[in-house]
Amino acid sequence: MIVELGHFALVLALFAALAQCALPLAGAARGSEPWMAVGPPAAAAQAACLAIAFAALVHAYVTSDFSVLAVAQNSHSLKPLVYKVAGTWGNHEGSMLLWVLVLALFGAAVALFGRRLPASFRARVLGVQGAVGAGFLLFILLTSNPFARLLPPPPDGNGLNPLLQDPALALHPPFLYLGYVGFSVAFAFAIAALLEGRVDAAWARWVRPWSLAAWCFLTIGIALGSWWAYYELGWGGWWYWDPVENASFLPWLAGTALIHSAVVVEKRDALKGWTVFLAIVAFSLSLLGTFLVRSGVLTSVHAFATDPERGVFILVLLAIAIGGSLALFAWRGPQLAGGGVFQPISREGGLLLNNLLMTTGAAVVLLGTLYPLLVDALGAGKVSVGAPFFEATFVPLMGPMIAAMAIGPHLSWKRADLAGAFARMRLAGVAMIAALAATLVLQDKLSIGAVAGMGLAAWLAGGTLADLVERARLFREPLASSLSRIGRMPRAAFGMTLAHLGLAVAIVGMTGASAWKIESIQSMAPGDTVEVGGYAFTLVGAGEVRGPNYLALRGTFEVRDKAGRVVAVLAPERRDYPVEQRQTTEAALQATWLRDLYAVIGEPTQGGAFVTRFYVHPFVAWIWAGCVMMAGGGFVSLSDRRHRLGAPAARRRDTAIEAAR
Amino acid sequence: MIRRLLFLVPLAVFAVLVAYFALGLTKDPRKLDSVLINQPFPELKLAAIEGRKEGFSTADLRGQVTLVNIWGSWCAACRIEHPFLMQLKEKNLVPVYGIDWREKDPRDGPEWLKRFGDPYQRIGVDPESKAAIALGVTGAPETFVVDRNAVIRYKVVGPLVPEVWDQTVGPLVERLRKG
Repeated sequence: MIVELGHFALVLALFAALAQCALPLAGAARGSEPWMAVGPPAAAAQAACLAIAFAALVHAYVTSDFSVLAVAQNSHSLKPLVYKVAGTWGNHEGSMLLWVLVLALFGAAVALFGRRLPASFRARVLGVQGAVGAGFLLFILLTSNPFARLLPPPPDGNGLNPLLQDPALALHPPFLYLGYVGFSVAFAFAIAALLEGRVDAAWARWVRPWSLAAWCFLTIGIALGSWWAYYELGWGGWWYWDPVENASFLPWLAGTALIHSAVVVEKRDALKGWTVFLAIVAFSLSLLGTFLVRSGVLTSVHAFATDPERGVFILVLLAIAIGGSLALFAWRGPQLAGGGVFQPISREGGLLLNNLLMTTGAAVVLLGTLYPLLVDALGAGKVSVGAPFFEATFVPLMGPMIAAMAIGPHLSWKRADLAGAFARMRLAGVAMIAALAATLVLQDKLSIGAVAGMGLAAWLAGGTLADLVERARLFREPLASSLSRIGRMPRAAFGMTLAHLGLAVAIVGMTGASAWKIESIQSMAPGDTVEVGGYAFTLVGAGEVRGPNYLALRGTFEVRDKAGRVVAVLAPERRDYPVEQRQTTEAALQATWLRDLYAVIGEPTQGGAFVTRFYVHPFVAWIWAGCVMMAGGGFVSLSDRRHRLGAPAARRRDTAIEAAR
Repeated sequence: MIRRLLFLVPLAVFAVLVAYFALGLTKDPRKLDSVLINQPFPELKLAAIEGRKEGFSTADLRGQVTLVNIWGSWCAACRIEHPFLMQLKEKNLVPVYGIDWREKDPRDGPEWLKRFGDPYQRIGVDPESKAAIALGVTGAPETFVVDRNAVIRYKVVGPLVPEVWDQTVGPLVERLRKG
């Protein structure tokens, strides 16, 4: 019964979405107030219906209702409760429902917080969101109904892939979708702006917080996924340039460019067409990611249920949504004349350079991800594009980006003095030289990549901190006066500082973990000791243990440093999940700020020995610490008064309305 | 004018991408793993399922066009295709042989058949995945179309539902019978 209610609510949501799309858009075109007024209640109704539908699906999973096909295929009565709940979105059907739920919640939030927007503008934004929602609801209802029944029900379910039974991965999709779908708001604002034919500072003020929030969530979502891959897959890597990973990274790159170019629109009334374009691209890439993962056009190590029939549907949806918006952009975009002019050497120029490098990087990643598909479509055979391509193309592009990123905040708007900026950046120069020297002296084998990475990270951190020092006039005024200057700094500036420092920290982690990783694979019997990167790993013993829904082989390793002290006891497992008929490796790791010790136990070999793998990953924890700092910086910036929704808008609205007249 | 053209570039790039995606979709990724197609069915001799005397052997397949279906009582998707397999038997459309794959308990398979019906001519059990590995099975259910010389001619990954039968498997079986 509850399942049917959920299904019914899903159908109702479709009609609410259609109403939310058609009436406000038509109303805005005809200037009809009552039609436009349908938008907010329709958005609220759509969100409420989807909340009911989603709750019904969660209920089916929690109560293990195996008469529901998706539940029978993906859940099991013996699964821990938290993974029954997480199993709701651990599969294609449920994750699509979560996707539209998040979309509808964003739509309702725009309806709620957007009261101060000009009426026609809000109607258009809600209309576009309704259109996207209607498209995806149709897709769910026609090709991937999560409420489809299976009669008679099987005695028990297939279980959730045990790899996915993990706390980080339980949270990964919701954060990812908050990010992906969050860009739909920026997209809707961009389309509304094209329809209205107007982009101004007020528009950018609206787009920025929404894009920033989406960007923060996406950062967390990607970091969670990478962290999970690192400790769960047992390969000891943290990024594989897999199509699915790239699918989440592409909107992140476009979104990063967007939150920066929106600043230029807000402050300087320039780069308007470009910013609108980025808003369209960021969401288009989110849609593309959804398509790539589900349609089966690309094979990936962690593909979703692939189904060409669904693929055709999504492709048509994409062609309408992206093609339509790009056509609108081609038609109306040229009329968005920029106001502010600026010299190449200026804050705007720096942000534009950042934007160009970011989008070029995104284009390169997109090309690498799609290349196998392009080659296959031409009948030229099967190829795969791996890490070496991306390391040879994307990474070098990011070098100048990061170098410029440290300088950017030191440049003034409109026209800047590069020599003066460099003079203010002495701290960055000193930090970079120190890091280069330390890397050259301390590393065992010369790696140009490592030297460059550490140098860039120090340059970025130094440049960012130098900006803080400059703002506070630290060392030039009494400390109390400097501190009060810091206290009066806008939160957005703090957020920027924190996020830029976060990237520097993450680069240290990425560089260290790539350049100085040490690994060792061997067969060991109990009592054997292996030396890896200055640590001695001893297999103390191995035995069987029983978990709630698995059997495991657990090895116990003692790790000693050069002085012979035990620094860690690691107990990796090899789990056998009988219901799902799958095996997983549970790596054991001990993390410190300087390095991770990482151990995996594998197949038993002859004579009571086991295949074992050890890794020493220097600085790897910095990657995720850096991501947390980046997302944290975004949230700090969001708490800025200027971004607080509605707060600054009262005066702005009047000017916006006057501008509209 | 040039400015106008510049704004058209994204649309043009996207149009090319869509064309490629459309081409990509026509290539079914599931057809890739069919290295066994037009290869002789591997020589197998599997023990009988509990409650039956005869097991399954490749020799059974010679002289007629057959389907070989990999299933298990633990497999939810096998429940989906099961009613259609029963129809194939009732209408006497094509003989179906079963391989009962990876049962936790050997009684689970017979229990399942008793409950839902038994569509199979003969059934072999494959508790240790020997047959599944020889056949390159990636998951249950999978169904092989085998001609009268015991050569594999097609493989269905996932449930054999009526649409798949009407569009692909049924016509293929007809063709193999004639030719």
